[in-house]
Parts: sequence; C-alpha cells; structure tokens
Amino acid sequence: MSALTIDKSGPTRKVKYGSMSRDRTWALRWSYFFLTLFAIVALVPPIYMLITSLKSSAEISAATNPWWVYHPTLSNYKELLTSNQYLRFFWNSAMVSVIVVAVTMLISVPAAFALSRMRFWGSATLATGVFLTYLIPDSLLFIPLFKMFALFGDYTGIQLINRWYVLLLLYPTLTVPFATWIMIGYFASIPKELDEAAIIDGASWFQTLTRIFIPVALPGLIAATIFAFTVSWAQFLYPLVFTTSTDQLVLPVGITTTLIKGDVFNWGQIMTGALLGAAPPLLIYAFLMDYYIAGLTAGATKG
Amino acid sequence: MITMVDVALQPTRVAASRSARKTSGLKSALQRKSTTAFLMTLPLILLIGILVVYPAFYALHLATLNKAMTKFVGFGNFQFLFKRDTFWMVVEQSCLFAITAVIFKALIGFIVAHFAHNIPSKKQRKWRGMLLVPWVIPPAMSTLAWLWLFDPSYSAFNYTLSAFGIGPISWLGEVGWARFSVILVNVWYGAPFFMIMYLASLKSVPDQLYEAAAIDGANWWQRIWYVTLPMMRNIIAITTLFSLIVTFANFDITRILTAGGPLDHTHLFATWAFKIGIESSDIPLGASVSLFMAPILAIAAVFILRDISKRGNEA
Repeated sequence: MSALTIDKSGPTRKVKYGSMSRDRTWALRWSYFFLTLFAIVALVPPIYMLITSLKSSAEISAATNPWWVYHPTLSNYKELLTSNQYLRFFWNSAMVSVIVVAVTMLISVPAAFALSRMRFWGSATLATGVFLTYLIPDSLLFIPLFKMFALFGDYTGIQLINRWYVLLLLYPTLTVPFATWIMIGYFASIPKELDEAAIIDGASWFQTLTRIFIPVALPGLIAATIFAFTVSWAQFLYPLVFTTSTDQLVLPVGITTTLIKGDVFNWGQIMTGALLGAAPPLLIYAFLMDYYIAGLTAGATKG
Repeated sequence: MITMVDVALQPTRVAASRSARKTSGLKSALQRKSTTAFLMTLPLILLIGILVVYPAFYALHLATLNKAMTKFVGFGNFQFLFKRDTFWMVVEQSCLFAITAVIFKALIGFIVAHFAHNIPSKKQRKWRGMLLVPWVIPPAMSTLAWLWLFDPSYSAFNYTLSAFGIGPISWLGEVGWARFSVILVNVWYGAPFFMIMYLASLKSVPDQLYEAAAIDGANWWQRIWYVTLPMMRNIIAITTLFSLIVTFANFDITRILTAGGPLDHTHLFATWAFKIGIESSDIPLGASVSLFMAPILAIAAVFILRDISKRGNEA
C-alpha cells in the first residue's frame, strides 16, 4: 500500500510517512518504558511483602540484602495458619463481609429499581440524596456513631460496642449508597419497552424485577457485589473504633494491633498476615477484573 | 417483605385491569405503585436516616457539650481549638496533604493513562491489571508494607540508596520526610484510580477528532490541549473532586505510618479526631475536630452534583 502512495505523490511524501511511522515506533517504545517503570513502583510493596514473608526472623534481623531471600521458609505461613487468633480474624472478616454484601444487595437492588422506574413523591431528591450520602466519609461519622451506640447500650441493655456484629450495622452505610447509585445507572439503561412488555403480559413489579431487571443488569449486580465486598474487607476505621477484644477483631485491625507487640515488630509475620489478608480482594480482582473496573468507573460515568 | 406486599396486591391488580377505563381504577393503580415503590426504598431511607443523617446532626450537638457531656458550652470547644497551635498545624497539614496528593495522583494518573492508551489494545489489559494492584490491596495492609519499607533500622529503601551513597533517611522520624512519606503512600494508592478513570474516558474520545486535528497540523501538545482535555473535562473534574473528599478525610495511611507523629506534625483531621475523641475519650472535642471536614466536603459535593447533572443534561 505504501508503494502505491509513493507512486502517486512522489518522494517528499515518502519521507513524511516514514517519519510518522518512526515517531509511532518511538512513542510505543517510550510508552512501554514508562509503563514498566510505573508498574515496578506499583508492585514493589506487594512484592516486598512476599519477599519478607518468606524470611525467618533470623534472616530479617541479620540485615542482609532486603530484596533477596537467601533461606526461603514457609514457617511464617505455617505459624499464622495454625494460630487460632489469626484464623479468628480471618473468619470474622469473612463473616462480616459476606453478610454485609447480602444486606447491601437486599437493600440497594429494590431501592434502585424503585428509584429508576417507579417515580413517586420525592424520588428524584432521594436519588440525589443517596449519592450525597456516598460522599460522606467514615471519618466524619465515627465519633457520633460511637456515642450513639454507647447510649443505645445504656438504654436498652443491648451491648453493641466491642461486638463484631456492630460492623454489620456500620458497613452498609458505606456500601449501600454506592451500590444503589450504580444499580440506578444500570437499571436506567435498560430500555423501558422491556418492562412495559412484561407489565402488559401481566407480570407484577416483583416479577419484572426478578425476571427482567436482575438478569439484564447482572454485570452491574456483580460489580456492586464486588464493590461491597472489597469495601467491607478493607474497612479499618470502624473496627478500630468499635471493637477492641482480640476475639472480635477483623483482619486489618487484628494485624495492626496484635502482631505489633509494643516495640517488637515481627515483620515476617506481619507481612505474611497482610499478604494473606490482601489475598481475597486480589483473587477476586484477578478473576473478575472487568467487573471490578466496571464498578470503579460506573460511579462517574453512569450518573 | 417485598414478596408479601406483592402477593397482597395481586387481587387488586386483576380488579384494576378489569375496570381499566375507569379513572378511579387508574388512580388507585398509580397510588399502589407509589406505595410499593416507597416500601421498596424504605430500608434505604431508614439506613441513611438513622446511621448517616442523624449522626451528622448529632455530631453538631455533641460539639457544643463539655468533656463530661453534662453541660452546654456553645462554641466553647471551637474557641478552645482556635487557640491551640496543634489545631492550626492539623489544618495546614490536612490542606497540604490533600492538595498535593490529589495533584500528583491526577498528574500521574493522566500520564500513565496516556501511555497505556498508546499501546495496542490487546496488551492494555495486562498492563492495566498490574497498574491497578495498589488500589485493590486494602490500604491498611499495603500501608504496613510501606511501614516496613520505611523502617528506621532495616529500611529497604535506605539499603538501596546507600549503594548510591545517599542516606540513611529517617523516613518517618523527621517532619519533612514524614510529610513526604504519607503523601507518597497516598499517591501510590490513589493514582491507579485516576489512571483507570482517565483511560476509560480516553477511549471514549472519537478517533476522528484526532484525525481532524492531525490534518489541521496540530502537534502532540496541541492535540492534548485542544482535543483530549476538553473531551475529558467532566471526568477530570468529577474524579478530582471525589478524590479531594476521600483524601481530605483519609485516616488509614497516616494512622498506620506515623499515627500523627513526629510531634503531631502529620495529623490529619481524621487521625487527630480519633486521637482526641476515642483515645483520650474527649468525645465533644473530637466531634468538633471532625466537623471541620464538613465545609470542604460540602463545597466539593456541590461541584460534583453540578457536574453530574450537567452530564445528565448532555446525554
């Protein structure tokens, strides 16, 4: 094809075409060079976690080359995976996250359906309100919530502070608004003709939701589920404030408070614990990357 | 609950369809629809009302009480804060931290997104996957890795830098370096989010625009300035404002890396409020500190809402 162009337009054009493709090649090379650089920066901390987790305490305190493992050992993994305390943290995290995901979906899917399809008094305001709620950070609310729950315990005798299940009340405040918001976006993109046809065929609203909206918006549902899970799994402030007994802690708080004993840092174990704790979100991400990214970008693009 | 409501409504639905022409039937159908809709959103309303809106106002009330929460002191807590040097240091550090971190996150995100957009789309997936890892790891866990990288005696960074004759640097022990370190970790954690948002937005810019610009003789810089940036304006605005809120209210990174030290120099509103309200159990004063986050969040929220409604109108 380029030969054809040369015949038509003469030698001057040939030079220009050549320089353009040479520019492209160089732009490509530079892109790869910088991407490699950024990828290294992005991956250094997790890789360093892995390196340290394979070292014994003796090797760590010997202060040899920190980037290399001379005597790899799995002793840190063995120790943590047989430690009842660590398994307890993991179990608490898993239980809280799974229940919160279920609660989030049960609250936000019907709400998103109603807000996107059934106009009622105040529905538009409520949709905006949901989005605004998503913008309120946990660090603004933890003190009043702490006092509220303490008072609630005083009045009713139901103790919520320092119980793992208090997190089941707190985490939905972070997951539900965003899950509802992205589900509204997904539901709104479903053509109206689809549910009108279902209604004409005699389907109830509930049937329209379960037979049409949920199957069609399944990618959005998966994205919202992943979001709710990763937020619950990573949450640090609420469990730090609301739980203190070691048998009530979830992973992020458990690792930072129990593995660091005074000034003695057992770094091999801390890194192993953190890496194992980061594994569930990383695995979900590795297998469901497209849904993960869809959920990430949906907040701003589906509005 | 939904099922029950639905089942209970079925007979009336049949009745309504029989008398479809009557206006009263239509009216009751509409009314029923809005009742169902309201019931479906009720759990959401209760959750937001009880656990978000109420605590927000309760914080305002708490901020007006004395430490024992027995007496109304009006603006006493705020007056007390204004007189303390630490408070002004926290204000300064919060602004410095949030603004610097967001600018670098946005810049790096933009640059990386461009590089990722340059390469063939088949290979983009792999690179995108690697570059987003910092965002996927729970920040509490990855910050522990950074804490270990910054360790005063075994720092892997200092080991590497010593090969070039630099250091040792006291990453978390000196005020300047500690401030640098918390910002660095925040940028590392947050830049991938910007990268993903910008990459998605870059893909939505039609190729014809670049072709037209190239034909008009626009160079690389002009293409970015006159085509890419205007097309991405909205996403850039929303992402930046959103990140400003999250960064301003950040807790995890500073708490784990420095816990506010050295000598309270890296405290943000969130970590200082935690220290006062929970660790020193002065709940009213802690609530007053955290309330200082509200104005900047409100301003950012107003702009985000404006941008989002603009998007809605364009579509």
